[in-house]
Amino acid sequence: MMGNIGLEHFLIFSGTLFCIGLFGALAKRNVIAILMGLEIMLNSVNINLVAFSRYATTGDLTGQVFAIFVVAVAAAEVAVGLALIVAIYRDRMSVNVEDFDWLKW
Amino acid sequence: MVNFALENAWLIPFLPFMAFVLIALVFKPLPKVSAFVAITCMLTSFVLAIQIGIGVFLDAERFIEEPLKHTFTWFSMSGLTIEMGTQIDPTSAMMLFVVTLVASLVQIYSLGYMHGDVGFSRFFAYLSLFAMSMLGLVIAPNLLQMFVFWELVGLCSYLLIGFWFFKYSAREAAKKAFITTRTGDFGLLLGLLLLQINFGTLDLVKLGEMIPNFTQYGLTASGLTVIAIILFLGPIGKSGQFPLHVWLPDAMEGPTPVSALIHAATMVVAGVYLVGRSLILFQTVPAAMTFVACIGAFTALFAATIAVTQVEMKKILAYSTVSQLGYMMLALGCGSLTASMFHLMTHAFFKALMFLGAGCVLHGMHNELNIWKYGGLKKYMPVTYWTFLIGCLAIAGIPPFAGFWSKDEILLVTYNMFAHGHQPIYLVLFIMAVITAGLTAFYMFRMFFICFHGELRDEHAHPHEAPPSMLIALIVLGALSIVGGLVGMPWLEHPFGYYVRLGEFEHEAPNYFIMVGSVVVACIGIFTAITIYLKKSVSHEKLAEQYKGIYTVLYNKYYIDEIYLWLIHNVLDGLGRFLWWVDITIVDGIVDGVGKSTQGLGSILRRAQTGKLQHYALVLFAGVVILVVIMAMTGTSSASSMLGGVR
Repeated sequence: MMGNIGLEHFLIFSGTLFCIGLFGALAKRNVIAILMGLEIMLNSVNINLVAFSRYATTGDLTGQVFAIFVVAVAAAEVAVGLALIVAIYRDRMSVNVEDFDWLKW
Repeated sequence: MVNFALENAWLIPFLPFMAFVLIALVFKPLPKVSAFVAITCMLTSFVLAIQIGIGVFLDAERFIEEPLKHTFTWFSMSGLTIEMGTQIDPTSAMMLFVVTLVASLVQIYSLGYMHGDVGFSRFFAYLSLFAMSMLGLVIAPNLLQMFVFWELVGLCSYLLIGFWFFKYSAREAAKKAFITTRTGDFGLLLGLLLLQINFGTLDLVKLGEMIPNFTQYGLTASGLTVIAIILFLGPIGKSGQFPLHVWLPDAMEGPTPVSALIHAATMVVAGVYLVGRSLILFQTVPAAMTFVACIGAFTALFAATIAVTQVEMKKILAYSTVSQLGYMMLALGCGSLTASMFHLMTHAFFKALMFLGAGCVLHGMHNELNIWKYGGLKKYMPVTYWTFLIGCLAIAGIPPFAGFWSKDEILLVTYNMFAHGHQPIYLVLFIMAVITAGLTAFYMFRMFFICFHGELRDEHAHPHEAPPSMLIALIVLGALSIVGGLVGMPWLEHPFGYYVRLGEFEHEAPNYFIMVGSVVVACIGIFTAITIYLKKSVSHEKLAEQYKGIYTVLYNKYYIDEIYLWLIHNVLDGLGRFLWWVDITIVDGIVDGVGKSTQGLGSILRRAQTGKLQHYALVLFAGVVILVVIMAMTGTSSASSMLGGVR
């Protein structure tokens, strides 16, 4: 049955992963959890890219290369995001996103 | 020398201007040097003006045919070229002579009159600036240059009326003069614009050729009449014609030499001169002519009646000036440049003489204004007495003094308009002019007898004769007031009218009926004055009591000032208050409303900004979902157009 794994499976998988990530990003109260949700969403996109590259193109590696770029950028983004969280935590003694409402009017 | 003067006529206004600059920048701390500079420059201008006069009047035909013009382009743009320069013809040559003469005499007179005044240098600087402005106006070859100098003259008048600015009344009078004349100038500017738009030029000579053929320029007769009447508003203001005459009597707040120079002899005649220069415009449309004549005749009579009751020498002279200016306007309204300019010249002589004489009296009486405090001044100031008598005889129109000839000329042209022009309204104007002549003789001699005859009524006063520098001017002007009119004698082969005229010269036979008539009227006026004020056979107090109503109205100058005040307080201020209300509630309301509605909308919409990151992310995601759904339902085209055409 292994041979029957095709593009649809990857897409369904990545879609599921994206929804999980989105739910985490929208529903979680802990900022670290939100950041993790974002990472899951990015990785679901990476799976999409690689899957399309494998099944929908004729052998060039554009999708894979793109995925590596996304991983690199995501790593940088996480570093910045965590640094911000640490800074906010020092200021507010909280990682609860409900307390971070000072962008309000 | 004559040729030099003719070619360099610009020097005449330039020299006094140079004097002004020198005094203002360099010599102000040195009063004597300032006066010397001013008088030297003025006398040089006077000599040049005489040279020009000689050149023009010896070769009159040439200058009447074509004026000598020197111009340069001041600035130019497409469709509009503005020139500055000089135009010499008999009219401007005559005016140059009169203005430089009176200005020189007044400056010499001021040496004595203003002696010891703190503003001595400043006074001479202003006088020079004034002379420059007036001469620039006289010599102007186009109406725009005239307008520029016209406004400068107005400025100088303001500065000189308010010369003693520490006096409240002087400040107020200066403002009144400026604002009143500006009111008229607005009309003048509008008239000039209309001329420029319709004819494309303001050059006097060109306009003179174009205006008679006004239909070629797409104008109707009524249109041209409107232009002429709007233009005439300027002269109404400047030359103190009814209803804008109110500033002139108040202008007597200035030092007396100023009254003589500006408010009698030169500046106020600028209006007459301007109408004279553009007389062709008025002649083309008879309605405008009649309008000018009516305003003139009415002003003449109106001001003369006021002068009868006034008790200040300078006020009487001021109203007499208004009245005489009315005469000049009447002459212009009859289409006679000759009569008007002739009267302008003789009037400049005798009115300057009388103002300077009044200055001597004020000087001798230590600025006591009320003539009823004077009396018997004959024995204290003989020179002033005799010259003043000459002035009175001249203005009353007794031959052979100057005023007789010119006033006779005006009466004659008015009568001719009725007799030969068959316009009945001119008969009314003629009668008004004759009554004015009688009144003029009466009020002048009333003042004369009260001031110089009888006994001194103020026993604390110590009247004395003025210093020689002041008397020189009186004597020169007195001589001119005697002989100045002889140039216009109708028996001469080439009288005044041969040189200064518009159109063809017609040698008119002297009209003895009018000559004798005007003398008789003047004598009636003088004898009435003798009866009442010299012999006192009729008590003037009883007369005033008997006609109390008329007397009060006249004494209060027909309440014109009060009417203006009422109008300004009620109508103008009311309109102002209404417009203020409109501005505050409606205009500001709209502006504030725009701001307030933006604020209100903002305060509602800002609720959308919760500050919660997850709300923003949810909205973002929902937006993407909606777009994807639309894409799926309709194909890619509509969604991609929503995304800004990205494919």
